[in-house]
Amino acid sequence: MNTMNTITQGGILIEGLRKVYGSGDTAVEALKHVNMQVAPGEVVGLVGPSGSGKSTLLKCLGAIIEPTSGKMTLGNEVIYDNGWKVKDLRALRRDRIGFVFQAPYLIPFLDVTDNVALLPMLAGAPNGASRSRAMELLTALEVQHRAKAEPSQLSGGEQQRVSIARALANKPPVILADEPTAPLDSERALAVMHILNQMAQQAQTAIIVVTHDEKIIPTFKRIYHIRDGRTFEEAGLGLTL
Amino acid sequence: MISLAGRDILHGWSKYVLTGLGLGLLIGVTLTMAGVYRGMVDDAHALLTNSRADLWVVQKDTQGPYAESSSIKDDVVRSVRGMPGVAAAANVAYLTMQVQKDGQDQRVMVVGMEPGMPGAPGYLVTGRHITRNHYEAVADVKTGFALGDTVRIRRHDYTVVGLTRRMVSSGGDPMLFVPMKDAQETQFLKDNDAIVNDRARTAANPAFNRPGSPGLLEAVQNLQTSSRSVNAVLVQIAPGFNPEQVAEPIRRWKHLSVYTRDGMEDILVVKLIANSAKQIGMFLVILAIVSAAIVAFIIYTMTMGKLREIAVLKLIGTRDRTIAGMILQQALGLGLIGFAVGKVAATFWAPAFPKFVLLLPGDSVTGLVVTLIICALASTLAIRVALKVDPGAAIG
Repeated sequence: MNTMNTITQGGILIEGLRKVYGSGDTAVEALKHVNMQVAPGEVVGLVGPSGSGKSTLLKCLGAIIEPTSGKMTLGNEVIYDNGWKVKDLRALRRDRIGFVFQAPYLIPFLDVTDNVALLPMLAGAPNGASRSRAMELLTALEVQHRAKAEPSQLSGGEQQRVSIARALANKPPVILADEPTAPLDSERALAVMHILNQMAQQAQTAIIVVTHDEKIIPTFKRIYHIRDGRTFEEAGLGLTL
Repeated sequence: MISLAGRDILHGWSKYVLTGLGLGLLIGVTLTMAGVYRGMVDDAHALLTNSRADLWVVQKDTQGPYAESSSIKDDVVRSVRGMPGVAAAANVAYLTMQVQKDGQDQRVMVVGMEPGMPGAPGYLVTGRHITRNHYEAVADVKTGFALGDTVRIRRHDYTVVGLTRRMVSSGGDPMLFVPMKDAQETQFLKDNDAIVNDRARTAANPAFNRPGSPGLLEAVQNLQTSSRSVNAVLVQIAPGFNPEQVAEPIRRWKHLSVYTRDGMEDILVVKLIANSAKQIGMFLVILAIVSAAIVAFIIYTMTMGKLREIAVLKLIGTRDRTIAGMILQQALGLGLIGFAVGKVAATFWAPAFPKFVLLLPGDSVTGLVVTLIICALASTLAIRVALKVDPGAAIG
């Protein structure tokens, strides 16, 4: 796959990313020259043991912490470039990055529709259009029948599907999924992966799935291993779901 | 944009409303305390207004008749009536005492007055004014007496012939109006044993019981058992005269103290209830601090209970001001519920208080504004915590 060509049309490109915590003798280099490329519509795995730098990389990708150096491009927009960064990281997270967490972390006092519609609303979309978009996604993810339910009334799988819908609500070029299948059984885990692949294809979204879950690792076509702050690319089995 | 605060409140409305209810009772106490103070001031104003006097003539160098005791002879009124600018003047006597009502002690202020003159009740809600010279009374409705009831004052029974309203002393005790002569007797007459004792002592005194002076002993003894004193003379001034202009010659030539309405208001409102006002002010400050602490604690606890949700909200790009607004709106909502409950509670329980509680609309507006300010200030602690939440906490 010619990744560089597709990157120019979106996706994720990371070049020489470093992150150092602290300074002087106490400095810890969590990420050492990380390189990654994820094309639009592609789902890649990010695997690594505890302390390997996974969380740090995810936080850099999610525009939560700033890398010390290196360059990062999301979609067609350069986010970090050796000390320079986009001005409004909060808006960037809202408009350009979707998040799916290990636990769904839906807002308990909003119903399913408004949990999804909240993102477009935060971006300034009218309530009606936001709710239409939410219903569209909930229908695609087959949870439209729970649209008026509260998160606490949903099963674990339904909650995770709603959180995927929320991640897709603002049509971001990038979705970061942190252990999205960890609390699910094999069948539901594979169902979630199927949905992520489907959504990646439909919306041409680049998705990075951080995981330890051996059930889903065979589903990736490409896997990035991270160890001691460095990434290594590996071809995956890419089993069809 | 949906109201995050409103949705959060609706999600756990019972807990929120119960908290507002508790806060409301505290606010109700605060409003009532303010009402007690207003009631004291209003009682003082009512006392002055209902006396229908422009000047109070009292014993020299005293601040009588309400704040200090004052005693002047009852014939002073005649000379006052002759002063320029005096339209009407009348003696009054005030005596706070306990009377029996259905076997229970009832505290009243007995007022000796001359019917139709300053110091007499201006209007009646039922019955008639006093027309006899003795043993009739007009009572304030708060005494609990009804028309035709008999009130025992010292050694005589009085029939209630009229009822009036809002005639109270500066201390809030309801008034019982009786004829001037009866009040003088009540206030200054000694008991029978004391009279017998005094008569014996006087008779044993050769200066009063000497041969060749018939009637001297009897005259002295009569003087000892009669009272010619009153507490004050109330004066209405003639149109076109300035109160101070009328008061000054009385002070100068009659050697008495004279107070205008402003002067008497100063004594009653500023001096007489100064300590009570300070006491109530202290209570209000303490209640405000307690209310603020409660709101701060509740909002802080509510915020701490949803730190994960706040982290998620921040991660997905919610602005700080949206999150701060959510917490502030919840605090203000609590204040509004609390104020509404407090206002209703105070309105319902105020009439049950033994003394007059005056709930002024202006005080309610001030109370609402202060409540909202306290709630806003109290929410700052929770807002600070929420704004410090790391969005990365949602990732782990």
